[in-house]
Amino acid sequence: MSMNSIGIAEFLSYGFIQRALIAGSFIALICSLLGVILVLRRLSLIGDGLSHVTFGGVALGLFLNVYPLYVSLPLVVFSSLGILRLADKARMYGDAAIGIVSSIGIAAGVMLASIGGGFNIDLFSYLFGNILSISEYEVASSIMLSLLVLATIVFYFNEILSITFDEEFARASGINTGRINTLLVMLTGITVVLTMKVVGIMLTSALLILPASTAFQLARGFRNAMVIAAITSVFSVIAGITLSFMMDLPTGASIVLLNAAFFLAAFTYAQRSRKPASPVR
Amino acid sequence: MRIDVISISDIVSVSGVSYAYNAVEVLSDISFSMQQGDYVGLVGPNGSGKSTLIRLLLGLLAPSKGTLSIFGSPHRELRNWNRIGYLPQKIHFLNPHFPSTVAEIVSLGLVANSDRKSRASENRQAVDRTLELLGIEDLKKKLIGSLSGGQQQRVFIARALVSSPELLILDEPATALDPGTRENFFGLLHDLNHQQRVSIILVTHDLGSVGVFASKLLYLDKKIVFYGNFDEFCKSDHMASVFGPSSQHIICHKHD
Repeated sequence: MSMNSIGIAEFLSYGFIQRALIAGSFIALICSLLGVILVLRRLSLIGDGLSHVTFGGVALGLFLNVYPLYVSLPLVVFSSLGILRLADKARMYGDAAIGIVSSIGIAAGVMLASIGGGFNIDLFSYLFGNILSISEYEVASSIMLSLLVLATIVFYFNEILSITFDEEFARASGINTGRINTLLVMLTGITVVLTMKVVGIMLTSALLILPASTAFQLARGFRNAMVIAAITSVFSVIAGITLSFMMDLPTGASIVLLNAAFFLAAFTYAQRSRKPASPVR
Repeated sequence: MRIDVISISDIVSVSGVSYAYNAVEVLSDISFSMQQGDYVGLVGPNGSGKSTLIRLLLGLLAPSKGTLSIFGSPHRELRNWNRIGYLPQKIHFLNPHFPSTVAEIVSLGLVANSDRKSRASENRQAVDRTLELLGIEDLKKKLIGSLSGGQQQRVFIARALVSSPELLILDEPATALDPGTRENFFGLLHDLNHQQRVSIILVTHDLGSVGVFASKLLYLDKKIVFYGNFDEFCKSDHMASVFGPSSQHIICHKHD
């Protein structure tokens, strides 16, 4: 027992572990809250699309020899607005708009990587994340941006719920739905760029979709869904970082697989507990 | 010649309004006004522009021509949206797995209240009161998707009523209600209209119920065919020309 607690104390004493746990928890929190909103609005794959733009942004950063976050963040936020505008104005379904922006991001990234040569290995590390190598500066910016996302969701909580449930009713009750939608996709853009550091470009959408899907199996209300999603998401990141360090496993994949395990457990539990109930209550 | 003077007491004032979808005019030259306490039955065949008119009144669409004002001013100047209660057609509620409680859904009718943050407890009381009014207080913590169609409809009626609106816009509210609940609901509307002078616009296919409940009838078929008292409509030639010669007896007879 004492060996174990020493082990944990020692584990927590590492600066890079502290940084990873703190930044990871904040990012996991905002991913889960936005995920609940995005999944219910059938925008699950916006995270996937924007992470592909992040790929293009990182490639551009490496190509120009600029810190990749500086390039990715504005590029992804701009692209998120592009998706919204395409879906709104171009008589196009949201998923097609996501597909277009996403493929431009990937193609541009591959093109830049090919022209630039030499930085393929760096680019590869962004594909699967490297939270254990997060810098103090990145931790600080992650916390600040996470607090910004969190504050916006809390402030506009009722408006967001109204729009998510029934956008037309929301507009008819005087809510400026255009402004809220714009805010939401911009926040999603910021979140996706931050999440890249935790689980990598390839797995970003998992952190948006899985905690929300777990929550929907068990939730007794919308607020309740957000709480469940937040708890499973933050716990998965903390446990994933710990497990991956102790057992020498890839961190991003550990986090995502833990989230997937939570989802399967919640799904199984919900199926079993629903069976005896009659369909009409 | 059109007279554009808006009376102070006009709750709704529509003047020369037309609306076109992709250059096809679905409403043309609509003019009418409603005073406080009016209970208007909005009827017309499918595709007559009823929903478009409702969406114009709610500010969801902007007219291609003409002007429209609610409580004496255009929509963009309307500050307190709680003065309008809206019940959309059932079809808007599409996701049966939406994880929201009845209380959460009903409170959405209060979102427009700008100083809501300081009045959270007041809002909770308003939600409780409205649920009680509709006899569904026991459903408060249930998930919306777990309810029957009729129960869901009562939840949406509660959402429309929770802000104590001065104008209620109801798009086919009686669908999915069983006869008993339906009667209670129309009784409730009658009380709101008579005791609290709430103005009501009721979209319906059931001309008979307009005769029983509403004080005025607006018969729409891309333009206004008739707007006035139900009794006048019964006596007019419109009745027979629109609904056939025996309609006068069948529909108007109910009204006494």
